[in-house]
Amino acid sequence: MSQRDLPQHPKFLWHNPEPARHYDAIIVGGGGHGLATAYYLAKNHGITRVAVLERGWLAGGNMARNTTIIRSNYLWDESAAMYETSLKLWEGLENELDYEIFFSQRGVLNLAHTLQDVRESVRRVEANRLNGIDAEWVDPQQVKELCPIINIGQEIRYPVMGATYQARAGIAKHDWVAWAYARRASEMGVDLIQNCEVQGFVMDGDKVTGVKTNRGTIYSDKVGLAAAGHTSVLTQLAGFRVPIQSHPLQALVSELHDIIHPTVVMSNHVHVYVSQAHKGELVMGAGVDPYNGYGQRGSFHIIEQQMSAAVELFPAFARAHLLRTWGGIVDVTLDASPIMGLTPVQGMYVNCGWGTGGFKAVPGAGTAFAHTIAHDEPHPLNEPFALDRFETGALIDEHGASAVAH
Amino acid sequence: MLIIECPYCGKRTEDEFGYGGQAHVPYPEDPHALSDAQWAQYLFYRDNPKGSYRERWVHSAGCRKWFNAVRDTRTYEITSTYLGAGS
Repeated sequence: MSQRDLPQHPKFLWHNPEPARHYDAIIVGGGGHGLATAYYLAKNHGITRVAVLERGWLAGGNMARNTTIIRSNYLWDESAAMYETSLKLWEGLENELDYEIFFSQRGVLNLAHTLQDVRESVRRVEANRLNGIDAEWVDPQQVKELCPIINIGQEIRYPVMGATYQARAGIAKHDWVAWAYARRASEMGVDLIQNCEVQGFVMDGDKVTGVKTNRGTIYSDKVGLAAAGHTSVLTQLAGFRVPIQSHPLQALVSELHDIIHPTVVMSNHVHVYVSQAHKGELVMGAGVDPYNGYGQRGSFHIIEQQMSAAVELFPAFARAHLLRTWGGIVDVTLDASPIMGLTPVQGMYVNCGWGTGGFKAVPGAGTAFAHTIAHDEPHPLNEPFALDRFETGALIDEHGASAVAH
Repeated sequence: MLIIECPYCGKRTEDEFGYGGQAHVPYPEDPHALSDAQWAQYLFYRDNPKGSYRERWVHSAGCRKWFNAVRDTRTYEITSTYLGAGS
């Protein structure tokens, strides 16, 4: 892998203005989704008097804690449209933002270990193809060719019976994605305001007119919430609930290795996923911890379960050292699909519920959420993901179907 | 790993337990009387506080009985466990 030029240090990439008293739109949450939304508000809709309010530092929440996998092999049409739109945007993002993000389309294998896995996987391949998404079913020998260090032997508890393969899937450097969006948004006039915690909302009847923060009250009649695991804390301040439970999600990296792992491998059944970062760390994760939590840490036994699965699939990992672990707080819905659209509060919009998969959706979700905020109505991409689907029963049940358990 | 005190078996490690979400969510007394919005609230909406939370756990690898716990979702500290409705 060739060494490419590294981008500038982030402190030179955007301004750090004092908050103004009034904006045309306020985005709460300075992660990937919030920054992308601000960028597309400016670029696609000409709305540049925008503030992004971030409680901590830009992209320091889940954007800093994810495993950076990008793919669009979702089962249901609504999800496929959202993630494939994103993937197409990812494919042009380095050029569009004029910034290195190390987007690497190295492909993703979603392994099957049971007959039911095989049937579900083949079904998903066909569903993907009907939606114009590249997908193929590969047998164990082809899995081995795509990822030579994987164990396809029969001696393990759940041998590999095949996999789905999406060649256009890949990874990107998460921090640089955030910085690239932040830099462009800032250039177009968006105020990125860090260390700014939202403490309440200013309401006029059922309309929102402003946001109370630790840096004063900031007024706008359009407020978009993009705060991932903390969305229900915010909506409680605004007087309504969202059907979300916040869970810790753990991930970890090994020490640096030579490049030995050429693709992304995910296994829903034994539950581990692995890619190798550009520098050489093995990046691994699994499902969420079962209980609700905001602690941004998890439990060692979860890591132990991930590692036992990983070492069976990749015996070479047995001698790798764990370098660090971390936890993010993910917002999980009852149908494992996001919520994006209007809320019971006029002028307030919500983008949340991405569970374990928000990173890959950043460009598409940002586009759709910016449209929703600019026009006070959903973009066709996020119309199915409205809050009212929990009342109408039009759920988009991606539990397991999207090749990962939440 | 959490150390959870099962009211029947005493303190055990978290991996012996299953999680059941929010406690004290009663089945509607007259389900037919609920509107779609009220039914959605019962099925899909749960509290998600940042702080003290009453929740259900089941001692799956022990006595297999359900009980309630009071846990802080910021620190993960469990301040009490008790038998509750449905136990």
